[in-house]
Amino acid sequence: MTAAPVRYVEHVMGLPFSLALRGRHAADDVGRAAWARAVAVLREADRVFSTHRADSVVSRLGRGELALGDCPPEVAEVLAVGAAVQRDSGGAFAVRRPGPDGAEVLDPSGVVKGWAAERAAGVLRGLPGTDFLLDAGGDVVCRTIDGGRPWRVGIEDPHDPRRLVATVPVTAGAVATSGTAHRGQHLVDARTGRPPVGVASVTVLADSLVDADVDATAAYALGRDAARWLAGRAGRTGLVVWADGTAETVPPAP
Amino acid sequence: MVSGVRRIVLWLATTATGVVLLFGYPTSTSSTPAVSAVVEAAGAATATTGTGGTVTVTGPAADTRWGPVQVQVTVTDGQITDVEVVEYPTGNGRDREINARAVPVLVQETLDAQSADVHAVSGATLTSEGYVESLQAALDRAGL
Repeated sequence: MTAAPVRYVEHVMGLPFSLALRGRHAADDVGRAAWARAVAVLREADRVFSTHRADSVVSRLGRGELALGDCPPEVAEVLAVGAAVQRDSGGAFAVRRPGPDGAEVLDPSGVVKGWAAERAAGVLRGLPGTDFLLDAGGDVVCRTIDGGRPWRVGIEDPHDPRRLVATVPVTAGAVATSGTAHRGQHLVDARTGRPPVGVASVTVLADSLVDADVDATAAYALGRDAARWLAGRAGRTGLVVWADGTAETVPPAP
Repeated sequence: MVSGVRRIVLWLATTATGVVLLFGYPTSTSSTPAVSAVVEAAGAATATTGTGGTVTVTGPAADTRWGPVQVQVTVTDGQITDVEVVEYPTGNGRDREINARAVPVLVQETLDAQSADVHAVSGATLTSEGYVESLQAALDRAGL
């Protein structure tokens, strides 16, 4: 039996980031230093991308005070991820949408969390002989070293967050879920500006949390088309919980 | 007791079929070998009775094309309360790819998060305000 993992928690971007480490550097200074560097990556992402900070790069870009060419290169990277998913989802996912006053608002938050967590995970991948699992406010990225037992990830019941609807073992990869259990109806179909209908949550597994996160959000925004759309996405599997409480697994695309 | 064991074996077969879905990958030309391996595993399952009506059933390692798979099911008072993949193929790039794209396995209706043997929870975005009350916080505190 493997020893219980060592746990670390930090709050960044208003989200809890929980780290579990197992193996050589789980509890030593090397492991703690890697976690500190990973947290620094998250805080830097918040400084650049926060829509709550008027002086962030993205806020200034949104107001037209900066051109994209003046921004750090990761801004273009994040916007490119958002543009690709916007195209692939027929516009259900979007990083630019009408604000309360009708003016267009730039809000890449739907990309940033997964992207930032994946970058933080990149630091943790440098830890030799150590398994890690990073849970970014409900989105998970993890790996085990060769021969390690897989991490077991529970998938929350959107109708009762104290319960699980499914579990999945993961040796390397990411699990992201979009739904409204904790936040109320904040996610909308960008084509209509209204909450999607018929779906309670969408969970996506992919190699990268960047892909898993945006696909979960896009599939959720597509409402009743969530499972059908996800089934056609290469390199993904998942789970859709419908509004009526039934659940449907999505196998790998052929 | 005999019928109880048979029922448990049937559950194991059902659960193991769910596990086969994890490996039912398009690289295969036929899923038949994996399915038959699981049936054999179910037939040779061993059950141990614990306290309070809890029975843990462990199947033998079944050889699949991706490596050995072994499933353990815990039944309490006639309900599945835990499903654990005891042994899982690891160690080469193909295995890693398959594992990373595993399909979620639906749990029984009776499985609540408190008793589930999970390392983390994926769910709708959890804010720092909501974290204190969350299952993830409980996992972090418990050091599981």
